[in-house]
Amino acid sequence: MKGVLSLGKDVSRESNTLSVRQMIEQNKRSVSTASILEGLMPKILLTIAIISILTTIGIVLTLLTETVAFFREVSFVEFFTSTILKPLGEHAQFGVLPLLTATIISSAIAMAVAIPIGLMTAVYLSEYASERVRKLLKPMLEILAGIPTIVYGFFAFTFVTPLLTKIIPTLQPTNILSPGIVMGIMIIPMVASLSEDAMSSVPNAMREGALGLGSTKFEVTWKVVVPAAISGIVASFVLGISRAIGETMIVTIASGSNKVFTFDVTQSMQTMTAYIVEVTGGDAPAGSTLYYSLYAVAMTLFVFTLVMNLIAQYISRKFREEY
Amino acid sequence: MKYVDTTQVQKKMSSRLLTNRIAKTLFLLATLFGLLVLVVLIYRVFSQSLGWIDFDFLNNRLSTNPERAGIKGAIMGTMWLMLVVAPVTLILGVGTAIYLEEYAKKGRLQAFIQMNISNLAGVPSIVFGILGLTIFVRGLNLGAVVLAGGFTMALLVLPVVVVASQEAIRAVPQFLREASYGMGATKWQTIKNVVLPAAIPGILTGVILALSRAIGETAPLVVIGIPAFIIPLPDGLLDKFTVMPLQIYYWTIDSALVDEYANLAAATIVVLLLVLFIMNSIAVLIRNKFQRRF
Repeated sequence: MKGVLSLGKDVSRESNTLSVRQMIEQNKRSVSTASILEGLMPKILLTIAIISILTTIGIVLTLLTETVAFFREVSFVEFFTSTILKPLGEHAQFGVLPLLTATIISSAIAMAVAIPIGLMTAVYLSEYASERVRKLLKPMLEILAGIPTIVYGFFAFTFVTPLLTKIIPTLQPTNILSPGIVMGIMIIPMVASLSEDAMSSVPNAMREGALGLGSTKFEVTWKVVVPAAISGIVASFVLGISRAIGETMIVTIASGSNKVFTFDVTQSMQTMTAYIVEVTGGDAPAGSTLYYSLYAVAMTLFVFTLVMNLIAQYISRKFREEY
Repeated sequence: MKYVDTTQVQKKMSSRLLTNRIAKTLFLLATLFGLLVLVVLIYRVFSQSLGWIDFDFLNNRLSTNPERAGIKGAIMGTMWLMLVVAPVTLILGVGTAIYLEEYAKKGRLQAFIQMNISNLAGVPSIVFGILGLTIFVRGLNLGAVVLAGGFTMALLVLPVVVVASQEAIRAVPQFLREASYGMGATKWQTIKNVVLPAAIPGILTGVILALSRAIGETAPLVVIGIPAFIIPLPDGLLDKFTVMPLQIYYWTIDSALVDEYANLAAATIVVLLLVLFIMNSIAVLIRNKFQRRF
């Protein structure tokens, strides 16, 4: 008989049998706690899910309120058109252009490295490599993606810059070129893996069709696979740019804090992210213009990356070709 | 009668085949470039750290004297930080994932939360630092302590856990749920007893990867204002602390002044990379060992 009637938990060993009334009582009790949980859990889980939205709202609200306070003291036009950033001293000037150009230049250098190498890596892994080689190479690239950015910063500062100085003797000890290149290397795995995903999802029938018409493997790749996967590939580029714009530690370490408006890549330039690090590290007194400028710069950065991410999502949704 | 000029075809064909061969080599070289950098990076870091990692380095506190400086404080700080980040991300991440996958009706709210999470993943880490600085450090007046840093990091890595958990829950086949309902189980009982146990390897993998991201992240902690030099060891959630990446940062920028600081930074990097390597190995192990395919 054991096991047949052991539905209730508190059945004593001696009386292995239960009256029907007892069983109903027990079921009622467990059902009522279950039904309370049943009603409660969705609400608890919804509350938890809403916290994730609160994070976004929190980011936008904090940035917005302090940015508004900043623009009460510094005009909108000055912020976006002045080429002078001199946050300290008597005649403080807050032009974001030096930071903006530094960010754009470093991202451009990074993408000049990451796009060709990342795309070629993706092509090799998706079209040329045998299953065995791919299984060997892909995890190694993932290691490259998993290395903390601070390590790349160290690498740029202590290895790449001295190396580049041998080629370009006029290179400053801190400059935008070296972190740009290292940032590109950091982004290679991201571009490679997203592009490879896009290319792998191109159906084999299309490749076979082109091969059947007498194309070489390169022609199949270049004229059939890449165009078919272009939405995913471009999306990976845009996400890479967004990553480069938001990258902080590499440029902070290896590009220094020179706030000049220049296009000379051998010089030290401060990006938006590096400015934020410098100002927060310097303990700007709350309420000062310097303190508010932090939020204005962060807001600019946030808007830039958000727009990039939305563009990437839009591209991969809108231009995806379904097979 | 000749329809095809074979010499012409031959000529064109050979140039096409040549392009094909060059392209293949080029693609291979590009792939190897990334790996070459990886090897150089690891070799550089290891060779610079040689002779600097010993028991004293792991067990000493910070010091301005490079010979006596150690990273015990940074290691303890990292552990305290994880003590906050792990439970917070686990509860928030898995809760959100369960809601989105099991309860939310396909509609505006669900799409909104989903969009939020994917955009949150793209926000630069330094912006999370500003959020932490404004809300936790100054707003709640916590100061740059373990709790404030932990909350900031938890929000930063939350999208990783949510997405991983969602995928794990989605991979649980419908027939398991239906079998559970068929036995008279309620929805929550089904989730608790059937869906979550089946999804736990995927969720754990996501959590470990998120934690390893948090361990290596520097920018948000710099922004919330952790100073360069903290000698006391953290002893609770409201203590000031430092972590390994921060130590690397300060030693690297000061290596222009004292050469040995570069060696200390390299030694810390080696310890950090080893920790990350172990964590990632555990994640892969869990994924390969316990993940069942239905």
